[in-house]
Amino acid sequence: MSKLIFEKHVPDSNPFTLPPLAIPAVKPDSIPQQFLREQKIALPEVSEVEAVRHFTELSTRAYGVDSGFYPLGSCTMKYNPKINEWAARLPGLAGLHPYQAEDTIQGALQIYYEMQEMLAEITGMDGFSLQPAAGAHGEMVGVMTIKAYHHNRQDYQRTKMMVPDSAHGTNPATANMVGFDVIEVKSNHRGLVDLDDLRAKMNDQVAGLMLTNPNTLGLFEEEIQEIAAIVHEGGGLLYYDGANLNGIIGIARPGDMGFDVLHVNLHKTFGTPHGAGGPGSGPVGVKSKLLDFLPKPVVIKKDDAYGFDYDMPLSIGKVKNFYGNFGVMVKAYVYIKALGAEGIKEICEHAVLNANYLRHQLRDDYNIPLDRLCKHEFVANSKKQADQNGISTMDIAKRLIDYGYHPPTVYFPLIVSEAIMIEPTETESKERLDDFVQAMRSIAREAAEEPELVINAPHNAAIRRVDEVTAARKPVVKWEAP
Amino acid sequence: MNIPKKLLYTSEHEWIRVDGEKGHCGITDYAQHHLGDIVFVELPEVGEEVAVAESIGVIESVKAVATLFSPAGGKIIEVNEELEEAPELLNEDPYGNWIAIIELTDHSDLEKLMSAEAYAAFCENLE
Amino acid sequence: MKYNPNPPSVVKEMLHTIGLNSLDELFSDIKAEVKVPKGLNLPEGMGEMELRRRMKDLANRNVNTEDHPCFLGAGAYDHYIPAALEQLLLRSEFYTAYTPYQPEMSQGILQSIFEYQTMICKLTGMDVSNASMYDGGSALAEACNLACTSSKGRKKVIVSDTVHPEYLDILKAYSLSGSMEVVLVPGQEGSADIDAMIQTVDDQTACAVIQQPNFYGILEDAEALEKAVHENKGMFIMAVEPVSLALLKSPAEWGADIAVGEGQPLGNSLSLGGPYLGFFAARKALMRKIPGRIVGQTSDLDGKRAYVLTLQAREQHIRREKAGSNICSNEALCALAASMYLTFVGEKGLKDIASRCHRLALYAQQQLERAGMELKYKQPYFKEFAIKVDDPAAANRKLLENGIIGGYELNDALMLAFTEKRTKEEIDQLTTVLGGK
Repeated sequence: MSKLIFEKHVPDSNPFTLPPLAIPAVKPDSIPQQFLREQKIALPEVSEVEAVRHFTELSTRAYGVDSGFYPLGSCTMKYNPKINEWAARLPGLAGLHPYQAEDTIQGALQIYYEMQEMLAEITGMDGFSLQPAAGAHGEMVGVMTIKAYHHNRQDYQRTKMMVPDSAHGTNPATANMVGFDVIEVKSNHRGLVDLDDLRAKMNDQVAGLMLTNPNTLGLFEEEIQEIAAIVHEGGGLLYYDGANLNGIIGIARPGDMGFDVLHVNLHKTFGTPHGAGGPGSGPVGVKSKLLDFLPKPVVIKKDDAYGFDYDMPLSIGKVKNFYGNFGVMVKAYVYIKALGAEGIKEICEHAVLNANYLRHQLRDDYNIPLDRLCKHEFVANSKKQADQNGISTMDIAKRLIDYGYHPPTVYFPLIVSEAIMIEPTETESKERLDDFVQAMRSIAREAAEEPELVINAPHNAAIRRVDEVTAARKPVVKWEAP
Repeated sequence: MNIPKKLLYTSEHEWIRVDGEKGHCGITDYAQHHLGDIVFVELPEVGEEVAVAESIGVIESVKAVATLFSPAGGKIIEVNEELEEAPELLNEDPYGNWIAIIELTDHSDLEKLMSAEAYAAFCENLE
Repeated sequence: MKYNPNPPSVVKEMLHTIGLNSLDELFSDIKAEVKVPKGLNLPEGMGEMELRRRMKDLANRNVNTEDHPCFLGAGAYDHYIPAALEQLLLRSEFYTAYTPYQPEMSQGILQSIFEYQTMICKLTGMDVSNASMYDGGSALAEACNLACTSSKGRKKVIVSDTVHPEYLDILKAYSLSGSMEVVLVPGQEGSADIDAMIQTVDDQTACAVIQQPNFYGILEDAEALEKAVHENKGMFIMAVEPVSLALLKSPAEWGADIAVGEGQPLGNSLSLGGPYLGFFAARKALMRKIPGRIVGQTSDLDGKRAYVLTLQAREQHIRREKAGSNICSNEALCALAASMYLTFVGEKGLKDIASRCHRLALYAQQQLERAGMELKYKQPYFKEFAIKVDDPAAANRKLLENGIIGGYELNDALMLAFTEKRTKEEIDQLTTVLGGK
């Protein structure tokens, strides 16, 4: 059993010391008694070598993109180039205080400004705010700008937001958080937005529609111009959830499809690492009519100098301290600069090729409910295996762990039962994909011939399946000294 | 699936057992089965006045969450605090373990509820 | 550069396998009118050596805190980061992983988050911590939002304007939802006007908020406010600075229901304001309502101790439009840095660091006063204070000419922050430049 850091506590073993200091000691009453702490803290005391080994050992029980194939649908787990990490750690970028004078951070502001410009070009929008810290945070800003836009036009009756039934959970949660009631729009038999349902639900109380394109089934909304027309004619705005931008980047732009506001995920499409759950970055782009509502400040260029523009009286305000996750932006900046226009188009082409190749190779062994040309990802399910031997999607996912793969996204989107959502990304070689296909075929065979092997998987992981029920019934969310 | 005869049912899968002015209510076997292992029950407050179909609690399983709607209007006069420590009781015996007792203000609310037969047909239709 | 590994010959083979002739055919479902006609208007890609030169050049055009003593604080602090931490964060099993959805292959990450949660509970004295949020300001907004949404219709959020102005801006933006009504109470002499805040408390009050130390570095005496808000069944929320908690009364000791704060001082670089982490801790009664991810301890089928993301029914992927927050990604790697930091400095180290910051600040005050300068607010502080100057911008320029990154500019004062990295010599030089007539 792996010990927690608290269980490695050895009193007085921590060597940390400060340099000597030749100034008088503190007067005892410099902080009045009523402000002083009495409660114990009880942090662990561990030597440096034991601490280093502790965290190194933890890393051996984790799995990243560098460890192997990570086909987690909707998460775009592509390779994270190492030059990006190097750049973000340069003292001239990592060692900048956010309140330094503008003339002392011109290089950083140039990166910031160029990022705004490049993202606008890539997505077809008129302006960007880089402030949001994650995709969901960007969504929130985007939906706030929609609200601010309607309110600024004295239109207060638009209290509803439309979201397709295939949407990411963040979409309805975001709409709710910004104070909208959610209306769900149905998908049709082709897995796309049902235009009749959309028409029926669009009215003068609807603020807009939040849409992912390609959608969460990996399918491109072919009637996107018609969708945009319906929403716009009804006085609403169209929001683009950029989670799936990797499926169209360089080929088509949300701005040209009629979207008014969007967010992109630098940690999905633009190669920055996910960090085991953040930090991400979720810049928000808007068409000109929404520019005034963006969070402040944005970076502007005056003559040859860059500076912050706080003069934004209609701005929604701020959603994050300072200017956003600058360290993440640096990595995405290096990524875009490395690829250039051609390279960006190529990531999309290869991502879509890899997804279609996998879909083609897996269709004989797994049910694929909407088996046609997909974009960067596709959704299969465990129907064949369930019908045969009652094998669930969870079983297949856990068995993949035994084969050394991170499982795909499972049980999402909700409109496909027992969904297995596979997104290979462009950074997987054909050999890797073929190996994965072999593993998936083996599992299909095992499901038919040795179902127990699959049902009881994983067998080779650090632990077996966990008791999530007890975890949630009787939560233990911190360590307590025995 | 177990659907006791003498109870009344809602389309949101709650049941109520009426005994004079009092109604014991809980969730049905269908509801507990579809939620899976129930891990937490958020109970209403005693003394709270509730309208019919108003939210009076939340039931959470590991991977799902359901709102508990009041089958009838009235005042909450008692809640089953045992469920706070042992939510699994709702899985084990959904009809034996009521969630709240409502002092009914208007018996006409009950007219809109389903009988056991009607509820059985309703569930059949959902499958 | 390119990072897609398949050469043209392999691409051709793959296309052939799926029955297509060209890459263009992969996009036949996108109408021509919405396709990019001539390619994006971006410069050509660059090779790695070229990129290095460019990034170094951009970095060199900034004045950095590695080479210049920095007296800026105001919510972000130049604390020392142990070398071991910087190297361990480059373990790519950590930084290239996704959120630990699959517990069987993410035990290391789940355990690290469990340890982080425990450390935040220890620092704040609270019962439960989430896995981190975006930053201190958004964590505060989420805390206030929780106070409102869990109080059955109460909307009033009472805040002193001595809270960080950016936190206030964030609170304002989050209140666009309609679930919160922020009542801003002006402070006095750099401190919160506790009496005025108490007078605002009523039965519609969801919460009252205090920052400790406040934006100006001053310690707030929050006892009476805590009593008043609790008597009215509202919540008491504190935004705290983590290093200060080694010396200062914990939020639990103050009676807080929710404690949030900016975790950057715990091992995260300044990076022009991000990525940082917001910590969020609460009383046990709020455990099933707090936003963000939470890791819990459980066991596997063999009874082996294991960790897993838990209480997920709170979250957006299950509760969708009924979720209390839309947060999913947090700042896991920054939280890992924070727990590594607390491990490498240890309890004694953290106390030494906090004492050193305070001692340096006192020394600086003494030296500046000897040079004829004066504190803007004569109140107890921890590691940061405002010193009166006629022209703060000019003072900062003068400091910069002497190689010093100065303070945060108020109208008639400079706010100066002192971390353990500052030395007597640097403070003496600061005094000479600022105090020189």
